Amino acid sequence: MAVVLVLVLIVVGSVLFHLLSPWWWTPIASNWDYIDNTIIISFWITGIVFAAVVLFMAYCVFRFRHREGNRAAYEPENKRLESWLMIVTAFGVTALLVPGLFVWSRFVTVPGDATAIEVVAQQWQWSFRLPGKDGKLGTSDTRDVTADNPLGVAPKDPNGQDDVLVQAADLHLPVGKPVKVLLRSIDVLHDFYIPEFRAKMDMIPGSVTYFWFTPTRTGTFQVLCAELCGQGHPLMHGVVVVDTEQDYLAWLGQQQTFAQLSAPQQSGSAKQPPGKIMASNLGVAANSKLSRSAQ
Amino acid sequence: MVDVTPADAVPPAEVGEVELYHPHSWWTKYVFSQDAKVIAVQYSATATAIGLVALVLSWLMRLQLGFPGTFDFITPEAYYQFITMHGMIMVIYLLTALFLGGFGNYLIPLMVGARDMVFPYVNMLSYWIYLLAVLVLVSSFFAPGGPTGAGWTLYPPQAIMSGTPGGQDWGIILMLSSLILFIVGFTMGGLNYVVTVLQGRTRGMTLMRLPLTVWGIFTATVMALLAFPALFVACVMMLLDRVLGTSFFMPAIVEMGEQLQHNGGSPILFQHLFWFFGHPEVYIVALPAFGIVSDLISTHARKNIFGYRMMVWAIIAIGALSFVVWAHHMYVSGMNPYFGFFFATTTLIIAVPTAIKVYNWVLTLWRGDIHLTIPMLFALAFIVTFVNGGLTGLFLGNVVVDVPLSDTMFVVAHFHMVMGVAPILVIFGAIYHWYPKVTGRMLDETLGRFHFWVTFVGAYLIFFPMHYLGLMGVPRRYAELTDMTIMTESARHLNSFISIMAFIVGFAQMVFLFNLIWSIRHGREAGGNPWRATTLEWQTPQTPPAHGNFGKELPIVYRWAYDYSVPGAKEDCIPQNVPGDFAPSREPA
Repeated sequence: MAVVLVLVLIVVGSVLFHLLSPWWWTPIASNWDYIDNTIIISFWITGIVFAAVVLFMAYCVFRFRHREGNRAAYEPENKRLESWLMIVTAFGVTALLVPGLFVWSRFVTVPGDATAIEVVAQQWQWSFRLPGKDGKLGTSDTRDVTADNPLGVAPKDPNGQDDVLVQAADLHLPVGKPVKVLLRSIDVLHDFYIPEFRAKMDMIPGSVTYFWFTPTRTGTFQVLCAELCGQGHPLMHGVVVVDTEQDYLAWLGQQQTFAQLSAPQQSGSAKQPPGKIMASNLGVAANSKLSRSAQ
Repeated sequence: MVDVTPADAVPPAEVGEVELYHPHSWWTKYVFSQDAKVIAVQYSATATAIGLVALVLSWLMRLQLGFPGTFDFITPEAYYQFITMHGMIMVIYLLTALFLGGFGNYLIPLMVGARDMVFPYVNMLSYWIYLLAVLVLVSSFFAPGGPTGAGWTLYPPQAIMSGTPGGQDWGIILMLSSLILFIVGFTMGGLNYVVTVLQGRTRGMTLMRLPLTVWGIFTATVMALLAFPALFVACVMMLLDRVLGTSFFMPAIVEMGEQLQHNGGSPILFQHLFWFFGHPEVYIVALPAFGIVSDLISTHARKNIFGYRMMVWAIIAIGALSFVVWAHHMYVSGMNPYFGFFFATTTLIIAVPTAIKVYNWVLTLWRGDIHLTIPMLFALAFIVTFVNGGLTGLFLGNVVVDVPLSDTMFVVAHFHMVMGVAPILVIFGAIYHWYPKVTGRMLDETLGRFHFWVTFVGAYLIFFPMHYLGLMGVPRRYAELTDMTIMTESARHLNSFISIMAFIVGFAQMVFLFNLIWSIRHGREAGGNPWRATTLEWQTPQTPPAHGNFGKELPIVYRWAYDYSVPGAKEDCIPQNVPGDFAPSREPA
């Protein structure tokens, strides 16, 4: 009989935990509240099914537990009941799927006025590239990556010369403007993930992937890498600051373009803040330690 | 209904007597044995031993997550090695091997009324190659650089690069070699299980009279034979990339400022191959559990399984559908986003046959005569955890909902609930159920109940709250959660709580192991059919069954496996090999 009590407690406890516990999603900062709403629908439907199945089971165990002289009924099947259950289930599944696919079609349809920006990942740091005055990003190739051109922007492409490079530093975005985030990696898989924006996407070396969103409130948000990328994975944080239009333009004015950075007198990555350089050096140090232990 | 329970007809599935290889010495009887039952025990013991390693690894990673910074020896490298080996061991070397190699070997010949597997020698080879695969895997702990830390999904390029533990050392090579061996060994066993079910059934054992346990294991084996080759080629290609420098999965890469020699390969191709295997793998573990739990519920509720034919078709439908859902593991992988529409739809469709199975288990309890034995308790716990984990699958399968939740602790909680905890609860229930047949003695009841309560309640307390960490955005595969702005102080406490529960649940498994060993000599004598079950394995002349299983004459089957509480019959169970017609046992009005 303890099992009946525990089954009921599991349902009641799970529902109370869901309603009362302090662990819930972070306050949203993008237009993807559609996704949050789909999650809420999912919680309702699945929560009702879970409670119904487990409570019914608890009732069965209570009502039909073995007692002296009891005998089970003999009922191999019941076509009507089975058909009804199948129909109700199909209905519930559709109620989940339809809003889900509806929101997905929004997610994959990038609005025409979205500004394309680029995020470049490498073990274990984030860099960014914004289009310059021409509004276009120059082409890029992992084969073009050198010490002086760490993002691999094509040196001959005129569209790339005025691109703004933000190497291993914070990215700023203006609030309320849709952005199409182009994602690139020069070494392994990474994933650009900001919990408050809800969206994420893997980056694959050799391809450019993307997603889009509109930041809806100003603030400072932490970027997490969400795809295992080696031993520096948990330290691969970045920062995205969502600014008012004014603050954003002020920040943008201080950034340097590809042409400026690749001018001969400014070789190397002099603009990198020391802390970030340390983060990437840490990886190198860890690597050499690994290869030492291999010998 | 008529084709489910005809008690008179015995279709002429004539089975010729096979020449069995009879052992001549202790070595051929207990070590190089060709008896499926001995091979089953060998498989189970090996899987349990390597599973214990994976259990200890889970403790180590929970030490790090629950009490970060306290244990210096758990470096990020070590942490990634722990999670990788934990995942791979649990999924492949424990669950797959135990369900198919362990339960499959023991139960298929006995339940279909065969003397042994149809190819006993190949069956023996299957085990020894599996053992070799396990040894190769274990050897990576002692290799220079340690085991691979690429995550159990082994995604390239990082899996074979120096930023990942074992990537440029021996770890990944040994892992891939071990998987290749495992697949070779499994294929030998798998062909055996399939042919035995199709060709080795005794007279009267039609396909629609098979116990659901056999249906589950059979379908899972067919799936495994189709799915493992995808993993096999992926492993071979990655091995070539790593050892010979080919570029199947390796595009142009700059590693730590240095251009590598690779060019033109596709990392995402590996993901498609991996999940083409990986998703069916979930059901390769789940279907045997579905089958076994159906038989446990029916036997211990003294009632026929509700909707047997629907249960069989649901198993087959799930098996078939599971081959067209693989890319739901890749919604945020950067594949063409329009795939999402297709894979979300197929994934949610699979919920329908799965839900039917759940309803039929619960409806089997309805108006039953429920004996709350330990196998029944585990079966009930399975339903709770499986429903819970299945429902969160509807979140992750619904493509857009997966976007925020993918790669977070929500995923970890989901798959542990649905393919970790739930199938393992069935394994426990099955061991309490069949241990008396294997050893002739019952497992200790008090220890068993202690084991059940701690495992069930503890596992639920570990994985239910974990979903909410994922909802907050806490990513999985993080060796440390320091400097993370979304991690609140209370979330850190929750992590510590989860870790403590994990140690307690792990401890309960030691009690279970003790019970397993202790009861071999000291358990209560079981007799031939302690649960009064209908299926053929309980009708053997000896317990434990001798080599050849059924004495001089093979049993003849007259009825389906679920004639419990037949109206008009004196006993509440009629074994499958008992002739005679009980009129009401046909189609009820």
